[in-house]
Amino acid sequence: MRRKKEDLILHNHNHDGVDRRGFLKCMAWAGTGALFVVRGGILKSYSLSDPAGMAAGAAQPGELSFIQISDSHMGFDKAANPDVVATLRVAVEKINAAPMRPEFLLHTGDISHLSKPTEFDTVDQVLKEAKASQVFYVPGEHDVLGDDGKQYLERYGKGATSGGWYSFDHKGVHFIGLVNVLNLKAGGLGSLGPEQLEWLEDNVKGLSASTPIVVFAHIPLWSIYPDWGWGTDDSAQALAYLKRFGSVTVLNGHIHQTMQKVEGNITFHTATSTAFPQPHPGAAPSPGPMKVPADQLRSLLGLTSVEYVEGKHSLAIVDSSLA
Amino acid sequence: MRKVLLIAAAVTVIALSFGLSKVSHARPVADEQNTSGGKFQVKIDNFSFGPATLTVPAGTTVTWVNHDDVPHNIVSSEGKTLKSPVLDTDQKFSYTFSQPGTYAYFCGIHPRMTGKVIVQ
Repeated sequence: MRRKKEDLILHNHNHDGVDRRGFLKCMAWAGTGALFVVRGGILKSYSLSDPAGMAAGAAQPGELSFIQISDSHMGFDKAANPDVVATLRVAVEKINAAPMRPEFLLHTGDISHLSKPTEFDTVDQVLKEAKASQVFYVPGEHDVLGDDGKQYLERYGKGATSGGWYSFDHKGVHFIGLVNVLNLKAGGLGSLGPEQLEWLEDNVKGLSASTPIVVFAHIPLWSIYPDWGWGTDDSAQALAYLKRFGSVTVLNGHIHQTMQKVEGNITFHTATSTAFPQPHPGAAPSPGPMKVPADQLRSLLGLTSVEYVEGKHSLAIVDSSLA
Repeated sequence: MRKVLLIAAAVTVIALSFGLSKVSHARPVADEQNTSGGKFQVKIDNFSFGPATLTVPAGTTVTWVNHDDVPHNIVSSEGKTLKSPVLDTDQKFSYTFSQPGTYAYFCGIHPRMTGKVIVQ
């Protein structure tokens, strides 16, 4: 039987017969509630509904497991979801129920809906219920309303640069949080700006190409659908600084649905929201909150779990819905 | 002479009724006619400003109203003329344009949304 051209393995970095494209293909039909771990070069899968099986696969030293949540929009109360606190709590319950405890959470922005202090407070309180030691944030456009991000920076900017972008290292992985929702120009998309780009170039300059990189920012760093503002004007420059690295994972939010793209060594991934779904590109007049039957809502909301094994090439990214 | 008077009367009646109908249809909002000192509305719906280009005489007050389920605002593309607060659903912002000119603006939260007010 002739193998399809697109199924040919192009990069066999882990010497396990699975390249990144094949890896993502596996995850696509895994459906919800499955967890893949790359350990010892072998791809293992676990069902999130089989705790006993999972316990045997709990994260070992040298393995890193974290969760991406996004777009909690605390304060939103319209028809698409009148109770965003409840759905955020369901996400926290899922995090706590998974046998593999995440080391931290990454929130890719739109924490609040209207940048109100009570909205930020509520998210802080609910996320404290999650069994994770820490939450790292980047702002969405809803978090910087009316004050150019002053309140956001006061709350979440400690340890970050004055513009709110920052980096940290964990178990050999270099994490970079970027801000692309400030100083937006008329008719434009997301924007990183020259100061942040300069910082980024300098930030990764001294790292060896084998350092796994995880970049997280609110608005997608690739052009998904410009008409709806789903892209970043100057992301190409940022990605140019990251091209030489063997493993780069870009985690974004903003679009309230899962999308993935692989470009060389860079894997792009967007997360679902914990608040409300949005339509697929062009499937509606605008990207606004999409109302669905009440019993379908939770299946369109969710979170993402990411696993990394030290020394291995790929990160395992698994999306699961709230229902 | 009579014919002329009759025609003049008819023309006057027509002109008056035309003027009256103008007045009776004039409303503070959604008025599409070019009445000086009048009020115009821009509807924000489906992440767009409608009408995208609005032409008004100097002295007009323009009111933006947000019909979307997400907040929007109105910010001048250049300069600082327009800078509205954040408008949640059903909230409004008004500005009186006293000087002629072209006022390009956009939504600072969703910058792909652009509009223009031309003041004559």
